[in-house]
Amino acid sequence: MTDADTALLLARCQFAFTVSFHFIFPAFSIGLASYLAVIEALWLKTGNAAFLNLFRYWLKIFAIVFAMGVVSGIVMSYQFGTNWSVFSDRAGPIVGPLMAYEVLAAFFLEAGFLGVMLFGMERVGKGLHFAATLMVAAGTAISAFWILSVNSWMQTPTGWTINGQGQFVPAGSWLEIIFNPSFPYRLVHTVLAAYLTTALVVGGVGAWHLLKGRSSPEVRKMFSMAMWMATLVAPLQIVVGDLHGLNTMEHQPAKIMAIEGYFESYPDGAPWIMLGIPDDEAETVHYPIAFAKLGSLGLKHDMNASMPGLKTLPKRDRPPSEILFWSFRTIVALGFLMLALGMLSLLARLRKRLYDWRMLHRFALVMGPAGFVAVIAGWVTTEVGRQPWVIYHLLRTEDAVSPIATPGVGGSLIAFVLVYFSVFSAGALYILRLMGRPPHAGERGETRAPIRTAGITPSSALRGLRPGPETDGPEKNGPEGGGKER
Amino acid sequence: MDLTIVWAFIIAFAVAAYVVMDGFDLGIGILFPLLPVGTQRDQAMNAIAPVWDGNETWLVLGGGGLLAAFPLAYAIILPALYAPLTAMLLALIFRGVAFEFRWRDARHRRFWDAGFFVGSIAATFAQGITLGALVEGIEVSGRAYGGGWWDWLSGFSLLTGASLVAGYALLGACWLIFKTEGPLQLRARRFARGLLPALLGAIGLVSLATPFVERKYFERWFDWPGMIVTFPMPLLVVLAALAAWRSFDRGGDAAPFLWSLGLFGLSFVGLGISIWPDVIPGRVSIWQAAAPYQSQLFLLIGAGALIPLILGYTAWSYWVFRGKVGEQGYH
Repeated sequence: MTDADTALLLARCQFAFTVSFHFIFPAFSIGLASYLAVIEALWLKTGNAAFLNLFRYWLKIFAIVFAMGVVSGIVMSYQFGTNWSVFSDRAGPIVGPLMAYEVLAAFFLEAGFLGVMLFGMERVGKGLHFAATLMVAAGTAISAFWILSVNSWMQTPTGWTINGQGQFVPAGSWLEIIFNPSFPYRLVHTVLAAYLTTALVVGGVGAWHLLKGRSSPEVRKMFSMAMWMATLVAPLQIVVGDLHGLNTMEHQPAKIMAIEGYFESYPDGAPWIMLGIPDDEAETVHYPIAFAKLGSLGLKHDMNASMPGLKTLPKRDRPPSEILFWSFRTIVALGFLMLALGMLSLLARLRKRLYDWRMLHRFALVMGPAGFVAVIAGWVTTEVGRQPWVIYHLLRTEDAVSPIATPGVGGSLIAFVLVYFSVFSAGALYILRLMGRPPHAGERGETRAPIRTAGITPSSALRGLRPGPETDGPEKNGPEGGGKER
Repeated sequence: MDLTIVWAFIIAFAVAAYVVMDGFDLGIGILFPLLPVGTQRDQAMNAIAPVWDGNETWLVLGGGGLLAAFPLAYAIILPALYAPLTAMLLALIFRGVAFEFRWRDARHRRFWDAGFFVGSIAATFAQGITLGALVEGIEVSGRAYGGGWWDWLSGFSLLTGASLVAGYALLGACWLIFKTEGPLQLRARRFARGLLPALLGAIGLVSLATPFVERKYFERWFDWPGMIVTFPMPLLVVLAALAAWRSFDRGGDAAPFLWSLGLFGLSFVGLGISIWPDVIPGRVSIWQAAAPYQSQLFLLIGAGALIPLILGYTAWSYWVFRGKVGEQGYH
């Protein structure tokens, strides 16, 4: 391996590491922001304090997730330049404006209203506070729109031409760039994944408290809402995933070949290789458990459709089946487990046993983190699957990297790994701690808003906002405790 | 109309907005260990907690906007400044999470407070180094960075790094004068009195050194018509500094912050005069680095509509959290 190869590999590792870590947070905050908007709306509509308690309970968790998403996201916006400068130069005229739209239309919106959402309820009153929550939720969704448009354009580039400096520039219509062929599928699939991920977390937390015998109205509400999401969204997501797969089949067949372990071509119907051990070097799948013709049925919805294999491509143009085969099976397996959870909870609901069927609660608890595993496996599938290209069929990953040396990239990679693991593990621990306590009556929000010397908020706006007497000892972490400690 | 010039001003505006808003925010982090543990630290944190996130978004706009409007500059500058930028990103992680984590873990609050301080000062120092290295010039070969791994490190860049630390710390102290009262405000006034001379000294040193790091700057500043600006500049800096100094003792609580921003504004204009119309001084002009017209226009439509809106709701958010930060926080 030459020095340049090592530097390239390290740069790829660093991007994969930082982007995977980053995506965990938006996958959660996109769903959680919408969930918070829904429970605040339900509170405003019904006046039921349980919704307010739930809102404040999840708001504290949201604040931590959001902060980690922001700081790990800033890293991404600079890493395109530090590590992938040739890509930035050549694709900047197209992906740059799309990402800048994400900043202008989404990041500012989220960040601008987050302060009011976290600390402002008593200052602006219920109505404006709800508006702020809606803005934050809208911001997360708009952010998904633009960044997935960028990613999809890199997967299925349309509407471009090359200028005199070798840059990709718009050929005419920006709509053709934004709404490139894989974008609608990827957007819907990713946003549903975020909702499902959040629902599984919320459901897992609810299940934990139900198992612990803390069956309060708040706990029952969160569990029930989460299970509705699993019941409704899991099957929908499987259908959308299938459509996304058909779209990939059309535009990036090599990705599908690697996913399915098709090294050979199958002119009259490909098998479905359920399990086996793909071997890119030997160009085969060892110990396959395969079902004749089912592959073509699944991929092309026709048993006898022909299916070309990876051997039709030069070796340097193939994505690694050894990774994709497994990442894809991880998604499918988890997807069906989510479906099972949704269906079982529906059954329990119909039999009026939703809150006391312990097997269901255990299952929901175990499935709590499943969404994160699935979204990361999903991104591994789509990103590794477009290799060796960074812009599909147009720019190779190896040609997109910055002129950087091994020690530098190696050093930064080590630093990122150390910082991410220590800081974000601490964050995960704090989140788990918050989740480990049940929501209770008189739940407090973010507890340390700055306060003015003179209040001007009309008292009518505050009705129903004052939390009850504080009962939760360990949660006394606001400024009032700060002066006395030590 | 030449959209390249429009975009140069938009990027400059984003950078200025970042300095105005995140400067005080990082500055409070720099001053943090000088505050006694307890109420004063909590108050200082609360003076920025609702807004830090929006403030930092301007940094993302600076980076993202540069990629969109001047992709070649983005592609050359970022690899050239790999080490300081990476250090800045890691530092921002520590200080960003500290806002949440210090409240969530009373036993390790000291640790996250230290992270808040180290993150803030390291991010500021790295930003100053970035600026200094850019002003000194970046090696370009073809359409890529052509220099070495440690090119960014020089006496000049260390000086600009230290200057920015002094500058942000002054902004932080002035923000505390503005947002707090009582013992914390008194303390902040004391900090400001110490920091203002330090910043003035730093501005003086950087101004003296700049004409010598690159011959072009010398010509800019000491040939006609540059002299029209050169001569009043030191005078304006001294006047702003005097006004700031007087405001530490009397006048409204907002005045120190505004006069300190004035000093930053003058420095920013000076920087602009030195490098205009280059984006990589002496190597790449804004026109050479510019994205094609279609990209500039497409994004300008959005920026024209959204930036005023952003400024509007940002102002609203500051308005909601106006006034002094109390000692008791929420209740």
